[in-house]
Amino acid sequence: MALAGGGDARAQGVGITISCGALGVELQLCRDGVAAWERETGNTVEIVSTPNSSNERLALYQQILGAGADDIDVLQVDVVWPGILAPHLVDLKPLLGDAPDAHFPALIDNDTVDGRLVAMPWWTDAGVLYYRRDLLEKYSHQPPESWSDLTRIAALIQKAERAEGRDGLWGYVWQGRAYEGLTCNALEWFDAFGGGTIVDGDGKVTVDNRRNRAALTEAAGWIGTISPEGVLNYDEEAARGVFQSGKAVFMRNWPYAWALSQSEDSPVRGKVGVMALPPGGPEGKTTGTLGGWHLAVSRYSAHPEVAADLVRFLTSPAEQKRRAVEASYNPSIPALYKDDEVLAANPFFGQLFETFQTAVARPSRATGDNYNRVSAAVWQRVQDALGGRMAPDAALAALDRDLNRLSRGGRW
Amino acid sequence: MIGAVMRRPRSLQATAALFLSPMVLALAVVAVWPLARTIWFGFTDASLTAPADYTLVGLANYLEVYDGAWYGVLADPQWWQALRNTLVFAAASVTAETVLGVGMALVLNARFPGRGLVRAAVLVPWAIPTVVSAKMWAWMLHDQFGIINAGAMALGLIDRPMAWLASSDTAMLSVILVDVWKTTPFVALLTLAALQTVPRDCYEAARVDGIPPWRVFLHITLPLIRPALAVAVVFRLLDALRVFDVVYVMTGEAEATMTLSIHARQQLVQFQDMGYGSASATLLFLVIGLVTVAYLAVLRPDRAASGQRMAGHAGEAGG
Repeated sequence: MALAGGGDARAQGVGITISCGALGVELQLCRDGVAAWERETGNTVEIVSTPNSSNERLALYQQILGAGADDIDVLQVDVVWPGILAPHLVDLKPLLGDAPDAHFPALIDNDTVDGRLVAMPWWTDAGVLYYRRDLLEKYSHQPPESWSDLTRIAALIQKAERAEGRDGLWGYVWQGRAYEGLTCNALEWFDAFGGGTIVDGDGKVTVDNRRNRAALTEAAGWIGTISPEGVLNYDEEAARGVFQSGKAVFMRNWPYAWALSQSEDSPVRGKVGVMALPPGGPEGKTTGTLGGWHLAVSRYSAHPEVAADLVRFLTSPAEQKRRAVEASYNPSIPALYKDDEVLAANPFFGQLFETFQTAVARPSRATGDNYNRVSAAVWQRVQDALGGRMAPDAALAALDRDLNRLSRGGRW
Repeated sequence: MIGAVMRRPRSLQATAALFLSPMVLALAVVAVWPLARTIWFGFTDASLTAPADYTLVGLANYLEVYDGAWYGVLADPQWWQALRNTLVFAAASVTAETVLGVGMALVLNARFPGRGLVRAAVLVPWAIPTVVSAKMWAWMLHDQFGIINAGAMALGLIDRPMAWLASSDTAMLSVILVDVWKTTPFVALLTLAALQTVPRDCYEAARVDGIPPWRVFLHITLPLIRPALAVAVVFRLLDALRVFDVVYVMTGEAEATMTLSIHARQQLVQFQDMGYGSASATLLFLVIGLVTVAYLAVLRPDRAASGQRMAGHAGEAGG
């Protein structure tokens, strides 16, 4: 009997374990969701705490899964991990029936490795642009329609505000530290200019092209002009620190920064707008790098069917709606972006929906367990260009060589 | 009688072996075994995803030719960059720490009111966990909020905030200075302990003869504290060559400051490549071994130490 219809997994008093967010509101949301499933099924769930840093969490998962241990039944996995962890994960397709059909097709695609559905989307994310509505109004500018528009507006406002004595004001802050976040930013620039996804679906390295050269040249021009040089050591929180203290006109970040920018003690409360990242030019499009977290079931679980039922419950429309209303977590189910209660709690979700439609995925499926190497090569070469150690076209040519070398000629 | 004399050392040896065996066993378990395994994995293609499932690949992780191109750690430009960074970091930080540490110890060895308090205060940087102090310095060096930029601008030293950790020109310098700040007290402490064993009468004789202080330092103090100083430098050198925490917390995996340990960790943990990562770790082990042997061969702290021991025995005999 299909478990999706509910049945033999219910009321068995089985105990399973899940690893979800390690702290704060994320952990609380997970705890509440799990408790509801426990009440519904009579099973018990233990929440295993894992490291907050995603790199460390992946390493821990790999140790546990590599040893074939059944310590964790349900794993919270990053959007770029299915390609890496697939051999250790259960195929959820036969267990979940038609539940996946309700989700963004791009996410289900992302979680399908060699025809097996190894994870289910739990919440999704994409890079978005934050702007200071009050400053744009003050200088009567519209939100930017392209990256060069953003560069121009940022420079103008920065100059005018500094002339009025606000010395510390910068035009644009983002994530330039040598880490995954810079790869996300760089992919957004490339995609905005229509330059592709670094490595295409067939594994071919596509990074060294005319449009990407234009994109990287634009970005390298920001350092020291509209972006502080220190941006090359910023992660999400460092960028948010600058923006939220009122020291930047624009910021690239994930949707989570919205709720925080609107908190009681935020100096920019009520002055912030959110929009999709602008296109690169006539050949470009609005974009955002796809992020988010998914749920998977370990192949070594003693109760894979019960675990899959927990995944079904937590990724269901009702549970995702609760998370969206309570804490602005973006559902992976398109229908919820038209839900009145969800939109009342998150007025900017309508805008994000478009972003998710055009969001660009990191090339993690094509590169499989080499993805982290690809990402490291990208952020290193992009930093070379941003830091002025290499010209943008030389950096892209070098990245092209690095990636071909890594894949030993496109054979990932 | 002769038999008793002969037996005594043997039973002493047996007792010694008995007392040492738990230690030897513990070392074998926590040091020799992991080291041997790391070296072994360096010759395999093991992955963190499935550590038990590997094949032997010989020296491929170190160097191999594939389609006319060189692969392996020794053909990895990033590894060589990490090697350069590590050697620069170790040379600069250990030199600065030694000079400053000896200076600090000389000051603390003098008698002045409140000396105990100052001695305790000097140790504070050493007592703070590295991760905490590195994070603290990262905030102090922050380009927008950092107190270092605010202070330097107030004093008119710079006209705009510097991005200390973001610019590849200043990132290494910043990391070295933070390490110096943190570990100079360690060198100072060891040197101070040695200074306090220097007999006072040497200094009194020098004072009577009217020898200038810098010559006293060069010809009396320095030779006498040399063994202790050599030990302190070896300790610091080993630490600096395998440095990970301070650099990782302050600048992450940026190329400008990446050290050999960070390279090995990146391959092993982040890229899940146990074979390649183990080869990188094994090379780090070899680099540390080579530098240490070279240092010991040049400075011969053992000879200096035994020289002092003999002088000590002579002194006892004379007294």
